[in-house]
Amino acid sequence: DVGGPPAPERVLFPPTFSVSEIKNKQRRHFMFLRWKQQQRKEKLAAKKKRRKEREALGDKAPPKPVPKTIENQRVYDETTVDPNDEEVAFDEATDEFAPYFNRQTVPKILITTSDRPRGRTVRFCEQLSSVIPNSHVYYRRGLALKRIIPQCIARDFTDLIVINEDRKIPNGLVLSHLPDGPTAHFRMSSVRLRKEIKRKGKEPTEHVPEVILNNFTTRLGHSIGRMFASLFPHDPQFIGRQVATFHNQRDYIFFRFHRYIFKSEKKVGIQELGPRFTLKLRSLQKGTFDSKFGEYEWIHKRREMDTSRRKFHL
Amino acid sequence: SPQVVWDTLGNRQFCSYKITTKTQNFCRNEYNITGLCNRSSCPLANSQYATVREEKGRCYLYMKTIERAAFPRRLWERVLLSKNYEKALEEIDENLIYWPRFIRHKCKQRFTKITQYLIRIRKLTLKRQRKLVPLRRKIERREKRREEKALIAAQLDNAIEKELLERLKQATYGDIYNFPAHAFDKALQQQEAESESESDAEKEGEDEEDVDKREFVEADDSDLSDFEDMDKLETSSEEEEEVEKTTSHSKPKGKTPLKGPARRKRPYIEIEYEEETESTAKTKAA
Repeated sequence: DVGGPPAPERVLFPPTFSVSEIKNKQRRHFMFLRWKQQQRKEKLAAKKKRRKEREALGDKAPPKPVPKTIENQRVYDETTVDPNDEEVAFDEATDEFAPYFNRQTVPKILITTSDRPRGRTVRFCEQLSSVIPNSHVYYRRGLALKRIIPQCIARDFTDLIVINEDRKIPNGLVLSHLPDGPTAHFRMSSVRLRKEIKRKGKEPTEHVPEVILNNFTTRLGHSIGRMFASLFPHDPQFIGRQVATFHNQRDYIFFRFHRYIFKSEKKVGIQELGPRFTLKLRSLQKGTFDSKFGEYEWIHKRREMDTSRRKFHL
Repeated sequence: SPQVVWDTLGNRQFCSYKITTKTQNFCRNEYNITGLCNRSSCPLANSQYATVREEKGRCYLYMKTIERAAFPRRLWERVLLSKNYEKALEEIDENLIYWPRFIRHKCKQRFTKITQYLIRIRKLTLKRQRKLVPLRRKIERREKRREEKALIAAQLDNAIEKELLERLKQATYGDIYNFPAHAFDKALQQQEAESESESDAEKEGEDEEDVDKREFVEADDSDLSDFEDMDKLETSSEEEEEVEKTTSHSKPKGKTPLKGPARRKRPYIEIEYEEETESTAKTKAA
């Protein structure tokens, strides 16, 4: 009122100075709490009023405003793929997965771990190989990846999965498409083996499962999605009624393996079998696994990319 | 004199290099040759002493003599040993000629051990090494939290179910599943005209209702039925039956056990048994 520092509350009472100017911490804290309470009261009153208005209007009330979610507020990524984009379609027709999508190659996967895997990792590898058809688990006894890659290519493997282990739990996944394909390095978290999942399902059978890829919107997400899709054979056997899901949400890829049954036309029941884990992409390399000389297509740079809470890359 | 030193430090009073454990005493002195705290291994309590130490992969022989006891700076004399193992042993012998047997022996032993571990180091560096990446606690916590929130936001079960139903609608599963009366009736609608599609629409609705309500529906049907409609019901139900039979053979597991035979029952009941039931009902009523 009197000028000087602008008081936020124009009250007629003895003029209160702005709360942040009180030097005494206790008093300042007290004033702040009081101010907060007042804000809350006002907000509650406003809400009540709005609700009353809405009820009074009845049918004619304007539709409820859509709540803001992180997905709604997501910063628009310029590399989002348009389903009708020709350039993307052309790229996909000529990239490394084209032979897979043209059904020229049958996927054959090699699953291995880092040195000296502990029991949990070993079991996880086995379960993973039961989920992915046509996959083989081999132990790595101190072999260098660079040397086993040409051997794999010679034996017609199309993909290589390396599960990195630390302190007896698997925590990283390197997925490499073999004949010269991209290599993706993920951080793996919350791994649940089959016995830890609360379900009463039997083991996954040998049938080829279907694949669901959700929410891979950007170019990067698209290529990762194709990478996952190329792990599974192209023609799923619907008799098996199994489905493997890779669901991307806010840059976390959740993997689940379910068995479904259609109870009726509008209802489907799913039962989870098989391991579950979440992945977070750390880097994508152009060629096969090469930590020193590889050409990185994308690396997660924490300082640049983690600045905004509404910005996602996949 | 060394004897006095040993009497004080070694045996009785405090020696800062000495470490005692339950079974043994160790000596932390860097010039100690064996590493144990003994009268013969203590570099402080022996005026003539020698050790082998390695620095950056090269081994040196350190010697200490009485003459230099007064000059701590020049006390330890250093001799570089050759890289060749045998030659180095000879050099040790040369330098420690006329020295007590114990020191010579222990020097050579120590030198052997050192060369062995240097070889091991060189071998290991050739193999792959684990790179330890330090985790940042704040970031770990942040990521964990975000993952949980993302999981909740994802609503995976719903998403998967929706996707599966979508695929069912898009008929990616072909003819495996039985109940899409939907698809059949769609086809029927396309074939027939609009007015007739109304009755089909009614029938669709009836198909999807529960078994309990069937009785009501049947009664309604019988009331409403014209001969035309009954004919059409016949034909359409016949078509359905045929297709049902083929599909039921193809599907391996009976997914809709109720609906198949129940549906087959319905048209028969409507058309054939109608009169009978009515007559029985009449007789019962009477």
